[in-house]
Amino acid sequence: MHDKGGTSVPSFSIALTGSGGAGVMTAGNMLLEAAAQAGWYGLMVRSSGPQIRGGEAAALLRLAARPVDCLDDRFDVVVGIDWQNIHRFADEIPLDAGSLMIGDPDQGNPPEVFTKRGVRLAQIPFKRMAKAIPGSWPNMIVLGVAGTLAGLSAEMLKSVVRNSYKKGGDGLVASLAAVDAGVAAAAQGLPATPRLGSPGRIGKKPRWLITGNEATGYGAVRGGVRFVAAYPITPATEVLEWLAPALAGVGGTLVQAEDELASINMVIGASFGGVPSLTATAGPGLSLMTEALGLAVAAEVPVVVVDVMRGGPSTGIPAKSEQSDVNIALNGLHGDAPRIVVAPNSIADCLTATQWAVHLAEKLQAPAIVLSDQYFGQTRAVVDRPADVSFIGERVLAAPRAEGYKRYALTESCVSPMAIPGTPGVAYTAEGLEHNERGIPSSQSGDHIAQLGKREGKLRRHDYGEYWAEIEGEGEFAVVTFGSCSGPVREALARAAAEGIKARLVSMRLLSPAQPERLAKALEGVKRVLVVEQNHGAQFHRYLRADFDLPGEVHSFHRAGPLPIRPDEIHRQITEWSRA
Amino acid sequence: MTTAAVAAPITAQAFKADYKPIWCPGCGDYSVLASVNKAFAILELRPENIAVVSGIGCSSRIPAYTTCYGFHGVHGRALAAGTGLKVARPDLTVLVAGGDGDGYSIGGNHFLHACRRNVDLTYVVMDNHVYGMTKGQPSPTTEPDWDSKLSPGGTGLRTFHPLVIALAAGANFIARAFSGDPNGTAQILVEAIRTPGFSFVEILSPCVTFRPEQRDWKSQVRPAPVAPTDDPARAARRIMTDDGFNIGVLYKGARKPYQPPVGMGAKRPADLEAEFTI
Repeated sequence: MHDKGGTSVPSFSIALTGSGGAGVMTAGNMLLEAAAQAGWYGLMVRSSGPQIRGGEAAALLRLAARPVDCLDDRFDVVVGIDWQNIHRFADEIPLDAGSLMIGDPDQGNPPEVFTKRGVRLAQIPFKRMAKAIPGSWPNMIVLGVAGTLAGLSAEMLKSVVRNSYKKGGDGLVASLAAVDAGVAAAAQGLPATPRLGSPGRIGKKPRWLITGNEATGYGAVRGGVRFVAAYPITPATEVLEWLAPALAGVGGTLVQAEDELASINMVIGASFGGVPSLTATAGPGLSLMTEALGLAVAAEVPVVVVDVMRGGPSTGIPAKSEQSDVNIALNGLHGDAPRIVVAPNSIADCLTATQWAVHLAEKLQAPAIVLSDQYFGQTRAVVDRPADVSFIGERVLAAPRAEGYKRYALTESCVSPMAIPGTPGVAYTAEGLEHNERGIPSSQSGDHIAQLGKREGKLRRHDYGEYWAEIEGEGEFAVVTFGSCSGPVREALARAAAEGIKARLVSMRLLSPAQPERLAKALEGVKRVLVVEQNHGAQFHRYLRADFDLPGEVHSFHRAGPLPIRPDEIHRQITEWSRA
Repeated sequence: MTTAAVAAPITAQAFKADYKPIWCPGCGDYSVLASVNKAFAILELRPENIAVVSGIGCSSRIPAYTTCYGFHGVHGRALAAGTGLKVARPDLTVLVAGGDGDGYSIGGNHFLHACRRNVDLTYVVMDNHVYGMTKGQPSPTTEPDWDSKLSPGGTGLRTFHPLVIALAAGANFIARAFSGDPNGTAQILVEAIRTPGFSFVEILSPCVTFRPEQRDWKSQVRPAPVAPTDDPARAARRIMTDDGFNIGVLYKGARKPYQPPVGMGAKRPADLEAEFTI
């Protein structure tokens, strides 16, 4: 793999672009799969124009010998089947003088917005080559070229192509020939590009090829969810589409609801019936669900709502990522309404965090919100199989004919046994009105204060254990972040460490209830805290300021989506501040 | 949901909670509550195997007045909660109840889709043509010229026609009852609960406080002059042309109740990860 003269680098980034229907996503997925089969790690971010079909598309890949959880600062190679509207990706595909752009000479020149960065250029006539192989498509030529540049053998690439034809379809022979043609073209006179190092330990660790949305769905099932009601919304729909057959397979049910008001109330109804329940949505749907989430708080019905965050407010930027639902997740209900908020901090962690959310919701009889985002949800990545965890939904249940049963009894843990319909002698009415311990509506201050205290206390008294945050490194400098910023922060800190800057990472999974004592412990001895998040309003920073005592000097680095926060941006913040 | 293990027959009294309703004296909903309990007794159901689900409004307070499992949720979403419950727990008898504001205004979309979906549950609307809990505002079934503080001189809006909308949206069982006839109402509820699929029972239930003129309903109602039909076209003509006071089962179809997509259920969760494994 090192025979082509390139230098060995920790990761290799390549973007495949073309107008919709050109097949760049297919080629990108196959490239990622071939890299996975070869023992590498990597990920692929999908980006496309606003058109439903036929718009410009870009498959943004990063391949590496070790797990990666963000895109790199720049791309080594861009391959364009054509350049139709590809200039719109200029911000998403950072290039420099070391980058190589490969285009089809028959499709005109690459957009100036790229070439003015001083990139190197090369030409391969993808369309003409595909035409010479009847029944083939240019994207398979591109696969051959891109795979070769990445250091993958023709055989590895063709094995993935063969797999994709397992379900039938014409053109396997033509596709294989097209891959070979691409491999041959790449071998002839392309400028040198960096190559990946050896993939290392193939086959020692089980690995998965998975998106965050699939991982979220699987985490739900592993946590015990057996009822889902859902209304389609970008970028959460794949959670639901994955869950529909998966739930049927394990004896559960998914109902497509008429709107998000229905889906949240359906899952509350199902959970009242004793079945662990979940729905997945994005910001607009979460906005619609907030009233019923308050019902789940008041009536103490466990439910999980996955919010795959996208650019907001309003319809915002539906297919692109932003961490701007922190405020609504933490505070978006009327009244004093304590809820659980959990944020996965990697694509693989979408599984465990969702499973944990189910466990917490069931155990504490409260709604739990999982703050994923479009980057996690729709990015496909090669990950180490996440460790099995014992988090499953277990409710404290009322026994049949329990003497003097009170559904909302004030107990030591503040969790009271829940009677499930069908259990004789303990029937009660789940109540959204304020109520007494029996569940009888009450507007008396004593009952109100007691029940508010119960609902807050059960979340506060629970021991959330080590999983509340990922804490790494040491030093007097710390970066506090959450969600999909954790990947680039981790990478920035590794670069800083290589330059002798010692720093800690605190990636918080449990945002609510706030854990001020745990964070204080994690930040003991810290003199500078950098808070990193992807939104315009510094929502996470404001929350930390309100609910925690942060030590020393605190800086906030926040920037709106949809562009991903890249390791270099954070690295610059760290080095500049440490020099100051 | 077998009653085989039950020795003594259960009475309507067994479904009555020892908890005094908040309703005004003379409210039609008292009689509806009695009819519901009577229907449960006739059907020989056990309280623990029934869930009464509601939203917000005077009539929506009904769950806690029974000894069944109750769910008093948010305004307008009772059908959604009831749908989730019934699909997740098909063994339960689910009765969704509420008023005209809850069901036809804020919950209107769920009403349409519950009719379409045809989940095997019964939906009872206690219709008094007014928002009572908020003290007298016009609802979708209020006459256009009914004067109120919020809509002086009337809304001027055509009244909502729940029965024909239910029919058009696909409800499988459609009936109108009158709270002043508790035995007749109980019989209609028995038939509604027994009929598979989505059963819709509109019960005229006077609000003596804000619509005292509704006391006169007892002299206006009459048994529907013809037997129930399974022909939607005929039912539509009858429902559209009656004056709103024909009592009885007006349509009874044979649509297959909602069945969620069910797999074999034979997989273990861990079996699902094969598709991710490299």
